[in-house]
Amino acid sequence: MQEDFTQPIVIATQCYGTFAARILWLIPAVPMMAAGAIALLKQSHRKSSALLAIGSLSFSLFLALFEFAYVVSGWAHGGRTLETFNFTWIQTGASNVELGWVLDPLSAIMLVMVTFVGLLIFIYSTGYMERDGNYTRFFCFLSLFAGAMLGVVIANSLLLLFMCWELVGLTSYLLIGFWYQKPSAAAAAKKAFLTTRVGDVFFLLGMVWLFAQSGTLLFYSNGSGSMEAGALAGLLAQPAAFGLTAAGAIGTLIFAGAVGKSGQFPLHIWLPDAMEGPTPVSALIHAATMVAAGVYLIARVYPLMRDGALNGGSTASLSAVTWVGAFTAVFAALIAVAQNDIKRILAYSTVSQLGYMMAGLGMGGVAVGMFHLITHAFFKALLFLGAGSAIHGCHEEQDIRKMGGLRSDMPVTFLTYAIGMLALCGFPLLFSGFWSKDGILEAARHWSVAKAPFYMLVFGAALTAFYMTRQVAYVFFGHWRGQKPAHESPAVMTAPLAILAFFAMALGLIGTPVWPWFRAFLEGRAAGFDPRGLAEPGFLALMCISATAVFIGLALGWRLYGDRSPRANEPDIAEKAMPFVWRWLRDRLYVDELYEATVIAFYRQWGRAADWLDRWFWGGAVDGVARIFREWAKLSKFLDANVVDGCFDKGCDELSAGGGLLSRAQNGRAQSYLRILALAVAALAAILIWSCRA
Amino acid sequence: MTPLSSYLLVAALLFAVGLAGSLTRRNAILVLIGIELMLNAANLNLIAFWRYGPHPEALTGMMFAIFSIAVAAAEAAVGLGLVIHVHRHAHTTDLDAMNRMKG
Amino acid sequence: MSFVFYPIAALAVAGGLAAVLLKNTVHCALALTVAFAGLALLFLQLDAQFAGFAQILVYIGAVAILVVFAILLTRGSETPRDGVYSRHWTSGLAIAAGVFAVLGLAVLQSAQVLPHETGTIKATVMQIGNALVARYVLALEIVAALLTTATIGAVIVATHEKDGAE
Repeated sequence: MQEDFTQPIVIATQCYGTFAARILWLIPAVPMMAAGAIALLKQSHRKSSALLAIGSLSFSLFLALFEFAYVVSGWAHGGRTLETFNFTWIQTGASNVELGWVLDPLSAIMLVMVTFVGLLIFIYSTGYMERDGNYTRFFCFLSLFAGAMLGVVIANSLLLLFMCWELVGLTSYLLIGFWYQKPSAAAAAKKAFLTTRVGDVFFLLGMVWLFAQSGTLLFYSNGSGSMEAGALAGLLAQPAAFGLTAAGAIGTLIFAGAVGKSGQFPLHIWLPDAMEGPTPVSALIHAATMVAAGVYLIARVYPLMRDGALNGGSTASLSAVTWVGAFTAVFAALIAVAQNDIKRILAYSTVSQLGYMMAGLGMGGVAVGMFHLITHAFFKALLFLGAGSAIHGCHEEQDIRKMGGLRSDMPVTFLTYAIGMLALCGFPLLFSGFWSKDGILEAARHWSVAKAPFYMLVFGAALTAFYMTRQVAYVFFGHWRGQKPAHESPAVMTAPLAILAFFAMALGLIGTPVWPWFRAFLEGRAAGFDPRGLAEPGFLALMCISATAVFIGLALGWRLYGDRSPRANEPDIAEKAMPFVWRWLRDRLYVDELYEATVIAFYRQWGRAADWLDRWFWGGAVDGVARIFREWAKLSKFLDANVVDGCFDKGCDELSAGGGLLSRAQNGRAQSYLRILALAVAALAAILIWSCRA
Repeated sequence: MTPLSSYLLVAALLFAVGLAGSLTRRNAILVLIGIELMLNAANLNLIAFWRYGPHPEALTGMMFAIFSIAVAAAEAAVGLGLVIHVHRHAHTTDLDAMNRMKG
Repeated sequence: MSFVFYPIAALAVAGGLAAVLLKNTVHCALALTVAFAGLALLFLQLDAQFAGFAQILVYIGAVAILVVFAILLTRGSETPRDGVYSRHWTSGLAIAAGVFAVLGLAVLQSAQVLPHETGTIKATVMQIGNALVARYVLALEIVAALLTTATIGAVIVATHEKDGAE
């Protein structure tokens, strides 16, 4: 399938303010309102809180299906739907800040995926969190997360996307630290929040730059949006630093935000620690949806990153995306080989698969990356829920060396888990993972810039098969190594597993070259059923290469781990062979330790300096001011007591003395009074007589 | 006819004499005598001005003088009664000694 | 006719001076009587016959007698030990002189504007009686009340107290 990835996608119609676009806001709003309502319930109202959460998300699923059907019918009639509803949020004189929501194939597909997988995980949680005391709080946070994630999906404005992005980060923090009494959980939550924050700073910078350059943060707005031709042309014409255009620089900054949220190297350190949260949280947030938000963001701003490619090559920002993604894919897969916690293996696997998605976006375009995102959401959620079921059945044991033989004890879990594992490895033909990964590999093979990512990704596929086989062998095969016997999980937990397993297989159908429905749907073209698509020579060769890589991994893993049941405390076979390499891989290649020694140590010193400054400098200044005021008060008191009161008292004394002096005139003798009287009358008469005369 | 100014000067002189008497003598009764002299001087002034004034037929000055004489008589009676009363208590009419109202 | 004026005036002034200067209080009262007589004569010369005779009747006939009675009742005939003049007699004299100066100057300075002597006038008793009950009836009544009050008051003031508070 030779595709020309550099041609811009033609938008057939852009409608504004249609009914379908107008009611989009209900999809995230209803779960958020449910979260608010649950927050007001008491801890004892468990059933009501679960009902509210599941009910609201069902409503959102129903609406999402309606929107999806609407977009599909629009696609069936030809053309690519793009309906928006925008409104002004803040008016600041010359420029306004607008928000809005958008309905196009990309958002429709994501809406269905998020609500559907989310609903299944909600139902699963009612069983998993049965014995937890904070049941209502869990569903409140889950609802809030669902609302925020759906807000990210429908956002037509980069600002609204950012706001919901931050909200998603907040709920992730709240849910990772759900059992906050555990110090490790609290530390993991803090680590997740701070690490994603680092990425968000760059995201914010890119957003502000975009607003300053193009005057709008809306994606699509009847021709004046930032992802539309006019603004893009302006951004491409503007040069930035390091030989990038403004468009490329902004795209790279936004990608830095996605690096944090989607756990790419070097900001991947939070994702494995995030496994401290309950397993449904890991499934929903750290496998299917939140970490996919980074990929979704790149897909949304893809026109920004794609334009300006030189002569059929790739732009600088897309190259950055590709290299980071490819490197992360291999890096995380290597670390996953040596982990012993069932969830941590899956966490590193998620990081690795996110790298695949990023590489797919960078090399192949929106459809390639998004297809892997959709399929990955289903089988990774399945794997996490299955792991949760296994943990639940093994009485909260998470170390794979202490499990074993669950194939017979938990058959449904084993079956669904196996389907998910094969999908993840990319077992040929039957499983969706094969088709989505092959799409990425094909794009890598035809990448004009370099061939190295292709080899890296193939190696990564082999590693994926290897470590997943190791995990499955440890957990489900061999003998039971735990204390108490394991038991199967209740139906409320296994039913979602079955549904997800079905989709893990069935989704492959919409992405094969025989019937490339997914790609055609996203791009607004007709999808033809064409069996000859498989027969293209390049594609067949590619299928063989990827299948070979998978089989090598599976075989190697089975040979080393299958049907051998090592004891719990016995070191791993590969560890015995390469102890030094194994130790490095198990300790996660010391990235955390590096950060601890450099960045965190720096901040600790800075904190100490700030404390000193605050205590001695500013505190001293405040004390000085207080002292000045105290001295002033003393001076004031002295002046008041001595000067003011003294003057007053002295004045009164003088007045008294004067009165005493004057009273001597009252000598009690009538004659002296008479004298004075006569004198006064004479004087008065003189004055009157001579003043009249004059 | 003697000019008016002569009468006025005589009256002024009598007034000054009466004032001097009431201011310099010790005896309370002599103070009252001085006051009577002053009143008489004023009466003389009134009659003189009545006589030489523009409308002597209106009798204003004369009436004034008559009433003045009446009032002076009443005042002399009361004043002398007071002097007698004070004499009964203090056994003296010396004004210098009567200073119990001093402030 | 003016030459009659000077002796009468001299008599009046001399009587007044004697009234304030003499040591014996009774002699002072008698000199006062002389001064009153002089003034009565001056009134007569000024064609104010009624005022002149009223002066003689009231002042000489009543006030002077009253003064003599008061002097006698308060043993004023005895010469006091410290002398008849008060300690600060100079200031009194000066004030009186000042008053005379003021009045004299006022009179002398306005000599030219003083009205001239007019012809004869008649101020009959009938006219005075008419005026009293017509124009000055209020003053008449008030003076009557005043005289009544003064009489009663003088009697009360001068009466011996019965309770022996001497």
